[in-house]
Amino acid sequence: MSGADSMHESGISDLSRGLAQGEYSSEELTRAVLERIARLDKNLNSFITLDTERALAAARLADKRRGDGEAGPLTGIPLAHKDIFCTEGLRTSCGSRMLDNFTAPYDATVVERLADAGMVTVGKTNMDEFAMGSSNETSYYGPVKNPWDTSRVPGGSSGGSAAAVAARLVPAATGTDTGGSIRQPAALCGITGIKPTYGRVSRWGMIAFASSLDQGGVFARSAEDAALVLGAMAGFDERDSTSVEQAVPDYAAGLEQPLKGLKVGLPKEFFGEGLDDGVRAAVDAAIAVLKDQGAELREVSLPNLGLSVPTYYVIAPAECSSNLSRYDGVRFGYRCDNPRDLEDMYKRSRGEGFGVEVQRRILVGTYALSAGYYDAYYLKAQQCRRLISEDFRKVFEDVDILVGPTSPETAFGLGERADDPVKMYLSDINTLAVNLAGLPGMSIPAGFAAGLPVGLQLIGNYFDEGRLLSVAHQYQQHTDWHRRAPEGLA
Amino acid sequence: MSLTPEEVKAVAHLARLALDAQRIPEYSRDLSRILDLVEQMQAVDTDGIEPMAHPLDMAQRLRPDEVSEGDQRECFQAIAPAVEDGVYLVPRVIE
Repeated sequence: MSGADSMHESGISDLSRGLAQGEYSSEELTRAVLERIARLDKNLNSFITLDTERALAAARLADKRRGDGEAGPLTGIPLAHKDIFCTEGLRTSCGSRMLDNFTAPYDATVVERLADAGMVTVGKTNMDEFAMGSSNETSYYGPVKNPWDTSRVPGGSSGGSAAAVAARLVPAATGTDTGGSIRQPAALCGITGIKPTYGRVSRWGMIAFASSLDQGGVFARSAEDAALVLGAMAGFDERDSTSVEQAVPDYAAGLEQPLKGLKVGLPKEFFGEGLDDGVRAAVDAAIAVLKDQGAELREVSLPNLGLSVPTYYVIAPAECSSNLSRYDGVRFGYRCDNPRDLEDMYKRSRGEGFGVEVQRRILVGTYALSAGYYDAYYLKAQQCRRLISEDFRKVFEDVDILVGPTSPETAFGLGERADDPVKMYLSDINTLAVNLAGLPGMSIPAGFAAGLPVGLQLIGNYFDEGRLLSVAHQYQQHTDWHRRAPEGLA
Repeated sequence: MSLTPEEVKAVAHLARLALDAQRIPEYSRDLSRILDLVEQMQAVDTDGIEPMAHPLDMAQRLRPDEVSEGDQRECFQAIAPAVEDGVYLVPRVIE
């Protein structure tokens, strides 16, 4: 690669070399990124807010650090944050009218750590409102379009981050994954995305949806790039009471593990009814690549996988109804006009500030937690959660990783499921169980079905992100799906 | 399992959520469908299964009960809808 015109074609590792060799400065790179966003994002709607001036200032600071000999591999690399991560001095909307006027008084730990690593935040990406959705259609700021076919959804909830990376607007973006919100959009947009083990990445300053499921992660062009960013954002944070005190390995240094002898489990439930034929063919071909490299395949079973949809849609709404009770129009966020009294203020601020899907989930959660129903719903769901989690524990006694389709289908059409919540919920059938169990999961590009990207899901044992990244990296050494970019974007 | 419009209104009150009256039948239909989906759990025998509240079965860390943060009232109140003399303003509660 060479020159400013083709910088968008490069991933982080190449850009890092370009910066180190003085082919361009971070300021030039950042300007090119901002210009490309200005030119192309009108059609995609992947950004909610741009931070042009501060991005350029951060880029100049990165150039200075480089000049002083203090640059690391991420110094001066542009990045976008999902608009769920709090950013001091820059609006954090969470895709909601409720927070349309909200500027956080502090940075999320993830934001702080990536800035410390020298990354340059160019803006905040679009998302389903409060991360509740699988298509990015519940955003107050309008839907994001899939860069491969703008009549289709990018997936959700981190749809803006996925579309921005897929369209080569930014080399990497952060995301969050409560039930598949990194992996499913990564699959539908044909990019690499990783959701680490629960507790691996700090939730401080990451707006809460379902606290026992939420986990931050990253989108990038390749496993190699994702390894660099994840390494910089992961690790213990005393400000998050569920953050895990466990050392973070050097993911980038661990990528060159051969696949020979790797025990790969293929959960048969991922390959049953409902799997699109084109997706099946692409996933089968990807599995054959792993086998050619010496991986040992074996069929396994997760008998309670089908339970993950009903279980998730009790636990997540229950936690959401509790977390979102903080939006009361008193301390921050939206307040309705001319409230009659305190109760009217609470009710109308929340009724006007939240969109329909968020309201549905608050109602389901409130119902499930209400007196007389707690045992039948919430307690029952927690017991089912244990069964789902035990299935994984058992299969990981015999295999190193699990592999299957991230989503049983490719990107669906905008508006196709917007009026049918249950049909939308079923889109997440292959990803939810991983969050319920708290395991790390990843999606990588594995070809196309009828011209649309297919994602291969890798699921690892607890804190085994390094293995996921190395398997993904080895796969990407033998395939070029991750280098394919949507055409017609220029 | 179905949720009648009246039940939807009762739950919305518990959640302090003002719903658009015209949309109540739609909420009633959608929530009933969601509860039907959730109902699949009831077919599973979970007798004696310990509920799982944390994905890693960990207890949350505790810290000593000491002041760790300074006063940031001005910073936090700068983003509030209505404040006066350092307090948050809401509609009158006591006449």
